[in-house]
Amino acid sequence: MAGKPKLHYTKGRGKMESIRWLLAAAGVEFEEEFIETKEDLEKLRNDGVLLFQQVPMVEIDGMRMVQTRAILSYLAAKYNLYGKDLKERAWIDMYVEGTTDLMGMIMYLPFQPADTKEKNLALIIERATTRYFPVYEKALKDHGQDYLVGNKLSWADVHLLEAILMAEECKPDVLSAFPLLQAFKGRISNIPTIKKFLQPGSQRKPPTDEKFVAVVRKIFNI
Amino acid sequence: MSAKPKLHYFNGRGRMEPIRWLLAAAGVEFEESYLEKKEDLTKLQKDGSLLFQQVPMVEIDGMKLVQTRAIANYIATKYNLYGKDLKERALIDMYVEGMFDLNELLMTHDFQPADKKDQHFANMMDKATNRYFPVFEKVLKDHGKDFLVGNQLSRADVQLLEIILMAEEFKPDILAKFPLLQSFKARISNIPTIKKFLQPGSQRKPPIREEEVPKVMKIFY
Repeated sequence: MAGKPKLHYTKGRGKMESIRWLLAAAGVEFEEEFIETKEDLEKLRNDGVLLFQQVPMVEIDGMRMVQTRAILSYLAAKYNLYGKDLKERAWIDMYVEGTTDLMGMIMYLPFQPADTKEKNLALIIERATTRYFPVYEKALKDHGQDYLVGNKLSWADVHLLEAILMAEECKPDVLSAFPLLQAFKGRISNIPTIKKFLQPGSQRKPPTDEKFVAVVRKIFNI
Repeated sequence: MSAKPKLHYFNGRGRMEPIRWLLAAAGVEFEESYLEKKEDLTKLQKDGSLLFQQVPMVEIDGMKLVQTRAIANYIATKYNLYGKDLKERALIDMYVEGMFDLNELLMTHDFQPADKKDQHFANMMDKATNRYFPVFEKVLKDHGKDFLVGNQLSRADVQLLEIILMAEEFKPDILAKFPLLQSFKARISNIPTIKKFLQPGSQRKPPIREEEVPKVMKIFY
């Protein structure tokens, strides 16, 4: 009997958020079990359910999957969000690795020492506007289609929307030089499953604030 | 006409080495173009050859692939080193991501500042022997087969051999507590394409020497 996928993580975005986005975009209902204390994490470790003693972990299809990219690749393939052939997969993989690098920088920002925050934020905006967003803007311009790869919604589109919204939380007008990305944002946000995920009351998590940083540090001992 | 894949990177292991291993294991001949100074990188960037301005970059099948994992995924699929179905791929991906994490530690050790090196070394050895190698030892023990996934050679086996050898360079007896990994190492090393790659004169790269580190840093920073 197949139950709903069950996500094991903290109540924050972290490395699990992209997985929540992909499940939501695919219209898949999921449950969540939140790690709130160090002891919750220790229990999972002692139960032997975390292959490398780490989360994210997702119970799905009889497996206890770990490693963010492994989980995302599995979901993308299972729910037809991974292109139609090897070449489309290669493009999706390249695009997703770019947005992973950008979102990784943003994810760690609240954990940086206070005196480096300004510098790191400036680097994020620079990378977003000179290294990453131009690539996606050009991809959309070159083929003139609605989606990044293969004229069909894929993992790359969902991941890019997530990255755009995170970057806008850092700087609201970050897309000012990218008209096609602005239209893309509007279009992908309106896809019914994604529109639902963007509404209050969904399982989308809020940005990490200072208070939550302290909680996370305690759980993971960092 | 299909030319050989062409790898763009500096003349060292770094993030390109797992890709060299995969191509070699698959028996695919490849060419390499080495970055030796900053201008070499700048030229590739200005030519528009690097999607995100970064290397590794591999020219293959009419594409200029970037991003280590995207490149490795493509090669593994093309040469049937990625399992037979979605579930086998999931297992391979989980194992390989763990190996990438350990590889990150091993690969960055020589670039650590002097005052951080000892602590980095201790952490690296601890993770190898307490977090990663026990997992792969147990996988082999539980199914009793020769390969990690699906009873046939996959990228997981190739990458595991690679990191075992790298870890042994830091601590020769690191597999002391892992008898199945010891026999795995011998078995996979004997596969003809891999045996060839392990011989002198192959395109396998040596560990970086201390005196080379500044030169490499200059290319990228």
